[in-house]
Amino acid sequence: MEKIIGKFQTKYLQILDEFGKCDEKNVPKFKKSAIKKLYEYMILTRAFDDKALKLQRQGRIGTFASTRGQEACQIGSALAIKKDDLIFPAFRENGVYLMRGMPMYKLFSYWAGDERGMIIPENVNLFPISITVGAHLPHAVGAAMSFKIQKKKAATMVFFGDGATSEGDFHESMNFAGVYKAPVVFICQNNQWAISVPVKEQTSSATIAQKAIAYGFEGIRVDGNDVFAVYRAVSDALKKARSGKGPTLIECFTYRISDHTTSDEAKKYRDESEVEVWKKKDPIDRLKKYMLKKGLFSDKYEKNVLTRAEKIVSEAVEKSEALKDIKAGEIFEYMYEKKTPDLIEQQKELNGGLK
Amino acid sequence: MAKLNLVEAINLALKQEMKKDGKIVLIGEDIGEDGGVFRVTEGLAKLYGNERVMDSPLAESGILGTSIGMAATGLKPISEVQFEGFLMPAFDQLISHASRIRNRSRGRFTAPMVLRCPIGGGIKALEHHSDSPEAYLIHTPGLKVVIPSNPYNAKGLMISAIRDPDPVIFFEPKKIYRAIKMEVPEKEYTVPIGKAHVVKKGDDVTIITYGAWVKTVREAVEKMSDVSVEIVDLRTLSPLDTTTIINSVKKTGKCVIVNEAQRTGGFAAEIIARINEKAFFNLEAPVERVTGYDIVVPLRKFENLYLPTHQKIINAVDKVMKNSGK
Repeated sequence: MEKIIGKFQTKYLQILDEFGKCDEKNVPKFKKSAIKKLYEYMILTRAFDDKALKLQRQGRIGTFASTRGQEACQIGSALAIKKDDLIFPAFRENGVYLMRGMPMYKLFSYWAGDERGMIIPENVNLFPISITVGAHLPHAVGAAMSFKIQKKKAATMVFFGDGATSEGDFHESMNFAGVYKAPVVFICQNNQWAISVPVKEQTSSATIAQKAIAYGFEGIRVDGNDVFAVYRAVSDALKKARSGKGPTLIECFTYRISDHTTSDEAKKYRDESEVEVWKKKDPIDRLKKYMLKKGLFSDKYEKNVLTRAEKIVSEAVEKSEALKDIKAGEIFEYMYEKKTPDLIEQQKELNGGLK
Repeated sequence: MAKLNLVEAINLALKQEMKKDGKIVLIGEDIGEDGGVFRVTEGLAKLYGNERVMDSPLAESGILGTSIGMAATGLKPISEVQFEGFLMPAFDQLISHASRIRNRSRGRFTAPMVLRCPIGGGIKALEHHSDSPEAYLIHTPGLKVVIPSNPYNAKGLMISAIRDPDPVIFFEPKKIYRAIKMEVPEKEYTVPIGKAHVVKKGDDVTIITYGAWVKTVREAVEKMSDVSVEIVDLRTLSPLDTTTIINSVKKTGKCVIVNEAQRTGGFAAEIIARINEKAFFNLEAPVERVTGYDIVVPLRKFENLYLPTHQKIINAVDKVMKNSGK
């Protein structure tokens, strides 16, 4: 005997399309100020990004991973999160850091190669940048399990890309999250490129979202360039997590407009006409179109937002570059709570060598 | 005071600390109902419930990775990996994350967690069940590595490991899990991390060893009537108690190191380097090491060829004595 013992469907959510056309009944109940906040933080993220790319070309910061094109995924998600929730970013979540309250100058410092850039203020619930692909997913699941065990009404949220879904840690994390019904929201920014490998070579699944079904929980694909859809899906998933109903996988279908990082050149492996298609789906432009229709936008407003963003960015660069160097011995400070005899000896050795 | 073996001593430490500290949770494969493959967590699920003693899915990276998340958010996870050979899939979590989260976040987030893992050969097991991977972990800054040599040390070191603010790898030598029974105080006590122990004083030669091999070395020394041997049990491999090693070698002028891991790049080499740096002019003979060979640990039939033996230890002591001209 052979019969069908399971069938599944994959949900897709889009509220605001690339022409600014809006599915009004699904728009989250935003105040005008919240819509402006979304726009302003997306602009700020892009201003930060543009500046970082310039600084890298001038040798003032090191390798940098650009956020361009993914602003809606990051700002929409970050608006949905509450104070006690804990975010686990990968390495391209500059927008999330900014929205969450990380001082911008710290991000410039970090990308300039100064660990002090990852000193996250005590009142900001964020994990430091994780460079290894996918290995931070189990941390978010563990923290979610911990919240559940400690009966905290909070959730965790973890960001990763399409490439990370090929890692074993993605599987183990999704499986643990399902088994323990952990209050975690997985946010896959499917920007369709893992350095030079396109997503169709990364997986033969039609969507990333459908992978959740195998782990016993819900997955949804959203238009990742639609900040309303991202916000909606993420806030629903967070509410579900906080009320004990377990994890969700959200695939934000988007596009990496820039190179992978400043260390590669996408032209080599990617057809530029594809980039042009996606530039037309820009997340900021489409929100602008919507705001224009709703009377929330004017030339004056736009100019003010851009000017303010540039000012914040240039002040942050200044502050970051004004930081005094650490004392040489401080490189030994954070390996253990208390320095070991070996480290004390090696610190003396370094100081001696510097004389 | 009851006479306990190593398994029972660790179980007692876990039981008592879990009673005291509600933030301690256990996670690992088969550690709940089954009590772990070596029964170290026997009875704990019944006492503290399935939320604190978690039978996890079969995934070592997942166990260690979720432990990091738990440790960073207020819990004290004690994880178990069933055999050291199964630790390899979790290396990324240990080496790239558990050891680094304090540094990466400049102290905002830390990973106060314990990983319990059986280690070593001598129990006639399958492939991947008789390895000694301690050197990989000692090489990694940010981790602490301890290994008890008897039930008393096991309980005291476990309590120290649980209370430590940094990630501690707690290796449990399988060969002596049930081979030594000794008086273990019911009351709580700690054996400090980072302190070696001189288990026998002597004047002619220092033998440095740890874990299961402290017992074997003591037995071998009993067979050597004409040499006065000092035995140093390291107890903690990282951070290493160099002072105790150097003081002993300066006194005896001769040294043999006994451990079962493969030789090349092994921990004995590091100890020899330190002796070279700090006690070279006190040496009366080159330092000898009795270790495993640079081969895969043989399966049960020929495992004994690989492991240190009384005779190999006696031969090494004879050699340093002869080389010193005494």
